[in-house]
Amino acid sequence: MSTSDTQPPTNNTPAVELPPASGLAESWAAFRSRVRGGDLGAIPVVVGLALIWTIFQILNPTFLSSANLVNLAMQSAALGTIALGVVLVLLLAQIDLSVGSLSGLAAAILAVTFTQLNWPLPFAILAALAAGALFGWFYGFLLTRFGVPSFVITLAGLLGVLGLQLWVLGKLGSINIPFDSGIVQFAQLMFLPAWLSYVLAGLATLAYVGTHLSLANRRIRAGLLPESRTAILLRGALMIVALLFGAWYLNTDRGIGLMFLLFVVLVMAVNFALKRTRWGRSIYAVGGNVEAARRAGIRVDRVYISVFVVSATLAALGGILAASRLAAANQSSGGGDTNLTAIAAAVIGGASLFGGRGSAWSALLGIVVIQSISSGLTLLSLDSSVRYMVTGAVLLLAVIIDSMSRRSRALHGRF
Amino acid sequence: MTDVTPATSDDEPILSLRGISKQFGAIEALSDVSLDIYPGEVVAIVGDNGAGKSTLVKVLAGVHPASSGTISYRGDEVSLSNPTDARDLGIATVFQDLALCDNLDVVSNLFLGRELGTRALDEVEMEQQTWALLRQLSAKIPSVRTPVAGLSGGQRQTVAIARSLIGNPSIVVLDEPTAALGVAQTAEVLNLIEHLRERGHGIVLVSHNMADVQAVADRVVVLRLGRNNGDFAVVDVTYEDIIAAITGATDNAVSRRAGLTGATFTRIKEGLSS
Repeated sequence: MSTSDTQPPTNNTPAVELPPASGLAESWAAFRSRVRGGDLGAIPVVVGLALIWTIFQILNPTFLSSANLVNLAMQSAALGTIALGVVLVLLLAQIDLSVGSLSGLAAAILAVTFTQLNWPLPFAILAALAAGALFGWFYGFLLTRFGVPSFVITLAGLLGVLGLQLWVLGKLGSINIPFDSGIVQFAQLMFLPAWLSYVLAGLATLAYVGTHLSLANRRIRAGLLPESRTAILLRGALMIVALLFGAWYLNTDRGIGLMFLLFVVLVMAVNFALKRTRWGRSIYAVGGNVEAARRAGIRVDRVYISVFVVSATLAALGGILAASRLAAANQSSGGGDTNLTAIAAAVIGGASLFGGRGSAWSALLGIVVIQSISSGLTLLSLDSSVRYMVTGAVLLLAVIIDSMSRRSRALHGRF
Repeated sequence: MTDVTPATSDDEPILSLRGISKQFGAIEALSDVSLDIYPGEVVAIVGDNGAGKSTLVKVLAGVHPASSGTISYRGDEVSLSNPTDARDLGIATVFQDLALCDNLDVVSNLFLGRELGTRALDEVEMEQQTWALLRQLSAKIPSVRTPVAGLSGGQRQTVAIARSLIGNPSIVVLDEPTAALGVAQTAEVLNLIEHLRERGHGIVLVSHNMADVQAVADRVVVLRLGRNNGDFAVVDVTYEDIIAAITGATDNAVSRRAGLTGATFTRIKEGLSS
């Protein structure tokens, strides 16, 4: 949702005196000046991703095969959903270290209620999500009521929730979810039919071009500088080509997994909430300057609590997806590197640790980077020791870029 | 926002403070202060450090409710017990730190906490109103879609003042609006204050700077050690008179009374900042 950066005419009949719509050259110039000012947006991570894909493709030609990319997409969905929640928390300049434990707890609750208590699947899923939401509310309550730093609250949560997960799993320690259950089918075997994927690609492009063109028209009627029509159409053309090609390529193998589609839809929904609603605006405001937000009449406590609830619920959903893909919940569900990988994905994708900067797309880009590294190294038969080291180095690089672009923004007087 | 009440010449104040006192524990930051604010008038509040200027601003903004005294709005007694009360009455305050969100653009900052739009935000309407408001104020802002961190000090002050005008308040309280600004930017803000007066707002200008006060204020209210120490029309007062009232060197009825009752406390209070 880019808007024009130039001043509309300052007379009383602007519609008449309006200069021609800003053209491609102006859009390009504005983009270049933004980048030079340190507002890098998604550029570093996209460039990084291109590099990673190129290197791995050279090292192992099966890396970019459709079969591997289909797997990559499926692997990204669960952790990406958790990372999406982390992005929201980071936007407030807070942190949730317990997302891994929360996802493990949700997996355990799903498995126990569904297979041992024989609850209907929807109720089992709701119970798991509700447990996440409850913990999110509890974190937000502790943060706003007692002012305890979220780092410490969620560190305690990490341990406590892990204990709860083990208790829920009971003596068995590992519970299989029947392979023929709907949720496992959904996570492992359900793919978009090829024709539907092309229809969706077309619809998404039409929706994008349509909303941007109608916005441009509204801006002209309101006497504001509109976005260039050529730029919109060009972006629409690029979008349809990319989507159709991507869909076609994945369809040469199994296709687009429904679980990955669910993740992308979640990202788009969160993006809408962040960019186009009062709630999203208040999140950016609290992350940017909490005192200013408070004085503007924003109920800061409610923002904190609601974000922790949404983030923890997304973590629980991620845990449900991971358990479904594995067809089991066990003591190590959500353990190991889940926590830190989800947080690293959000940061690598461009969510600033300093709060107030980042977008829902950070989660998608970040998790694809991390899973690409993991998948590429697995194909090279390198074990997890190398994977951890490489992922750590990439995370470090992302944080350095974040800090450097922050300094450059300060130099150029941008936030 | 555009339906501005023109400056009226009647003698009815918008807001009247009578006998306002404010204690912080044993410290009396304000005692028995009176203040009237009229529409279309700039009233400057001046005083030395610790005179109670900031406390008075916070009473007006509802941040620190007064310990005693009465406040009446257009003749009706009201209470200002929290910032929402003040805002609902139409008292907008621009604090010295401006309270802007640096990561948000001008439009977002202007409408923060009262965004337009029923389901989704109506960015077009908000941007249009932003331009309309900035134009009315003859404000020079290069773009309303860059983060406010990229603006100069004067421009940031302009954004903060413009934001206070959303919702068409009857009174605008400005706390040291020129304190951190250079010469050109100060002139910009002073022009802005005159625009506000033309729009018919009652303006309270808290300032250290006598040149600014004499340039735009219609009336000067002097505070000294938490008490009223003079209320002058700018046209018939000299710079020296104001300074004398601020420092207590003046010889008028108010200061003499204050001097009689407050002499022993003077030295204690001088060290305290309100």
